[in-house]
Amino acid sequence: MIYGIAILAFSFLFGQWMGTLLGHWIGIDSNVGGVGFAMIILILTKEGFHRKGWFKAEMEYGVDFWGKLYIPVVVAMAASLNVKAAVTSGSLAIAAGAIPVIICFFVFPYLTKSLKAS
Amino acid sequence: MSELIQVIDSYGLIVAFLVVGIIMFFSEIISKKIFRSKIPGSAIAIFFGLVLGYIGGVFGGGEKGLSDIPIFKGVGFMGGGMFRDFTIVATAISASFLLIKKSGLAGMISLLLGLIIFFTVGVALGWAWGFRDAVTLTTIGAGACTYIIGPVTGAAIGASSDIIALSIGIGVVKTITVTILTPILARRIGLNSEGAAMSYGGLMGTTSGVAAGLAATDPKLVPYGAVTATFYSGLGCLICPSVFYLILEYFL
Repeated sequence: MIYGIAILAFSFLFGQWMGTLLGHWIGIDSNVGGVGFAMIILILTKEGFHRKGWFKAEMEYGVDFWGKLYIPVVVAMAASLNVKAAVTSGSLAIAAGAIPVIICFFVFPYLTKSLKAS
Repeated sequence: MSELIQVIDSYGLIVAFLVVGIIMFFSEIISKKIFRSKIPGSAIAIFFGLVLGYIGGVFGGGEKGLSDIPIFKGVGFMGGGMFRDFTIVATAISASFLLIKKSGLAGMISLLLGLIIFFTVGVALGWAWGFRDAVTLTTIGAGACTYIIGPVTGAAIGASSDIIALSIGIGVVKTITVTILTPILARRIGLNSEGAAMSYGGLMGTTSGVAAGLAATDPKLVPYGAVTATFYSGLGCLICPSVFYLILEYFL
């Protein structure tokens, strides 16, 4: 199981490193897409291990355990957001935070339709 | 009693596991008994989390919701960036590379479209609220994208600190709105496949909002939405203070 977690940790660190490098390269001092890179590395590593026959179900347990913790972590994150400031930061914050989201809900079906058509 | 507090104080993260476990347990019961599983337990749990964050903000008086109250400080660690990113990456183990490759271009198009919509509407609303200078409007528009893009952009183009704080507020409202509305509206807008989730992540952007909303809708879709959404903030930090700002400045 620890091998699975180690692969996950490797993908995570490598992805974050790539994200930080990309951030530096385009001149902003933050991580650009580190999580996205990490996910792609993890998927590729898994594919590669599968092909070589190194991948064991045990390993997937180790990664799956963390994946299943995702929702509880989000609950903890929601509980540590500055909800009070968001609610009391005035009408503009509420309007500018919510209205574009609602517009995107209307746009989304057209977007998927046109993407499918092309 | 002081011994118990001492234990709680020294093992913050373990306390957080217990607290979140209890929230999840009651949310599942409420989901089954009151909503007949129509609203998923995870959506209710996340909503409870937000309520606790509000209560924590009222009593703790800080900026980190419940985790500003000393006995709950572990909740902040559990919900912090390290665990959040590590667990999102872990969800990718069940994703298929072929599907991601196939929907990659659609994801890119959605990313750009999403940034343009959020920025434009944010700027328009800032204008409607009486702001007229390009720096302030750009920061507000960037905040409408995410609470990361807002302050990064504001700092880059020299916005005042109260406007930067406002842009963070806007971004947090956005995250909360996406989290709550995604599971409610998912079926109606056809958000039911891996490809659709990738476009959705690109369009909405906020990684935490998209992933939390998808987790409450269908956990299978989380990695697909997250993989595009994580590029949103990066791309936004890149084009908001440059291209978008220059366009606005040209028009004002």
